[in-house]
Amino acid sequence: MSAKIKTRKKISKYQWKLLLLTAPFIVYFAMFHYVPLFGWVISFFDYRVGRGLTPDKFVGLKYFKNIFTDRDILGSLKNTLVFSALNYILYPLPMIIAILFGEMTNKWFRKTAQIVTTIPHFIGWVIVYSLAYAIFSSEGLFNETMIALGLEKRTNLLTNLDAVYVFQTIVAQWKGIGWSAIIYIAAMAGIDQELYEAAAIDGAGRVAKTMHITIPMLMPTLITLMIIGIGRFINTGYEHYLAFKNPIVAERLEVLDLYIYRMGLQLGDYSYATAVGILKSIISIIMVFSVNALAKKVRGNSVL
Amino acid sequence: MRKIKISRLVFNIFNYTFFSVFVIMCLFPLWYVFCYSISEPEAVSHTIVIYYPHGFSLKNIQRVLALKGFFNSVVISTARTVIGTVLSVICNTWMGYVFTKNKLPARKFIYRFFVITMYISGGMIPSFLVIKAYGLLNNFWVYILPSVLSAYNIILCKTYIESIPSSLEESAYLDGAGPVQSFIHVIFPLAKPISATIGIYAAVGHWNSWFDNKIYTFAKKSLTTMQFLLYRYLNEAQQLANLLESGHEDLINNEEALITPWGVKMTITMLTVLPIMVVYPFLQRHFVKGIMIGAVKG
Repeated sequence: MSAKIKTRKKISKYQWKLLLLTAPFIVYFAMFHYVPLFGWVISFFDYRVGRGLTPDKFVGLKYFKNIFTDRDILGSLKNTLVFSALNYILYPLPMIIAILFGEMTNKWFRKTAQIVTTIPHFIGWVIVYSLAYAIFSSEGLFNETMIALGLEKRTNLLTNLDAVYVFQTIVAQWKGIGWSAIIYIAAMAGIDQELYEAAAIDGAGRVAKTMHITIPMLMPTLITLMIIGIGRFINTGYEHYLAFKNPIVAERLEVLDLYIYRMGLQLGDYSYATAVGILKSIISIIMVFSVNALAKKVRGNSVL
Repeated sequence: MRKIKISRLVFNIFNYTFFSVFVIMCLFPLWYVFCYSISEPEAVSHTIVIYYPHGFSLKNIQRVLALKGFFNSVVISTARTVIGTVLSVICNTWMGYVFTKNKLPARKFIYRFFVITMYISGGMIPSFLVIKAYGLLNNFWVYILPSVLSAYNIILCKTYIESIPSSLEESAYLDGAGPVQSFIHVIFPLAKPISATIGIYAAVGHWNSWFDNKIYTFAKKSLTTMQFLLYRYLNEAQQLANLLESGHEDLINNEEALITPWGVKMTITMLTVLPIMVVYPFLQRHFVKGIMIGAVKG
């Protein structure tokens, strides 16, 4: 009996310690994640910096209604959808790259290529912009090479409005594709070698093996990533587009996230920018969960 | 049989060529910037095409080192990377460890409280206003605090620590060690693979970060990071145009508004990307491990 009490006491002291050492982190999450959520209320008020949220400033859904009559936002919505769609179409590309990687028999070259092609993923967007500037601006390497070759026509790709969508998509792919391929390379390493051996006995060549074993085995990974990708459709992020933004191409480079940034932090319309952000969050959450529910029905398990 | 061999040969030529071009595309921009930085500035005005260093000179590097604020930005970038990484590793691993404890009161509730933040966030404007209310504008800690803990990293740590045999910790517990002692002496050393992965990602994230500098510490020059310094130099032509347009010609007199030589911009780029290029080959394995752990989770 006394022994039991003793252990219980000891445990509760231990628990107390654990809780005490967790408390600062609970406070942290409250401060940096939950308090901003309460900040959503400013979208229902006529919020101005330095003034409180007094009842007379309450405007209800005014700012949410404004979203639907705002013409400017349509441009950035279009840009967001175009960039997402272009990147979405290219989702199978890393899988193809991974398969091509696997076809290289020279181990040294394959390994080097794999390491080198993942480097761009770890280069920050400012550096990527700087590299693009060095090569593609009007006095950059690309133009100088063209002129040296006798093709005298300077084009600045960074300020070319017609090239924005394609150019930025290529930049994004350059940065991410080697990295995205890794997940497929790992999945390929997990394919049972006996399948290939059995196929070889049946007379299958390399092409047949790829078409009938490798690709079907990689499809679940691709489908999972594509399902997750739908949830990110309107969340393009801002670092890439902000780094490359300039007044000439702004019209096609401004994605929703940048629109919120400009309306809120640059023009000071906090309430409206918050309302746009809330609507965006709600839409993406609905998309994530409905797609997840769909995946559950189709595949029998969720991807989240 | 012969036909197959020929098609295979053609494919191989195509495949190796493709990857050679891809590798060159990844390395060449960095090589170009490197060549530019160490060439004789007089030999390579920006109207000359260079594919290799022209002469050798440290003039560009000297000019960058002499730039007002450059040394300070190196200190700030290094400080945020080191402090941010150390804190991230310790705090995330600790929280992951705590969540493996059934004894933690209200464990499920606290866990959910954390995990929800993965799916929903206040967004840019409310976060900005909150940071402002906390007095973190133009404060060094705004680089560190918002990203110290993340629910995702905590889950990774928790999953990893769960795979460590609990008997190892039990013996420490029987020796009278409290949670902190057994974390320091038993769990943390065993959780090295996961904390290394988290640490590397945190370090790269901190080093490459610039948006927080742009929105939170824009007004305080002494808190400029290397990335943002570069961003400002790259955009100065545009800033100049904006000033002229808005009729603020009087502001153009300050030294920053003057156009910086191309060689200086390239050299800052080179110096900013150099640390990543130096550590990358050694840590490449950890990076790959990181994506695999994430993939298993996802």
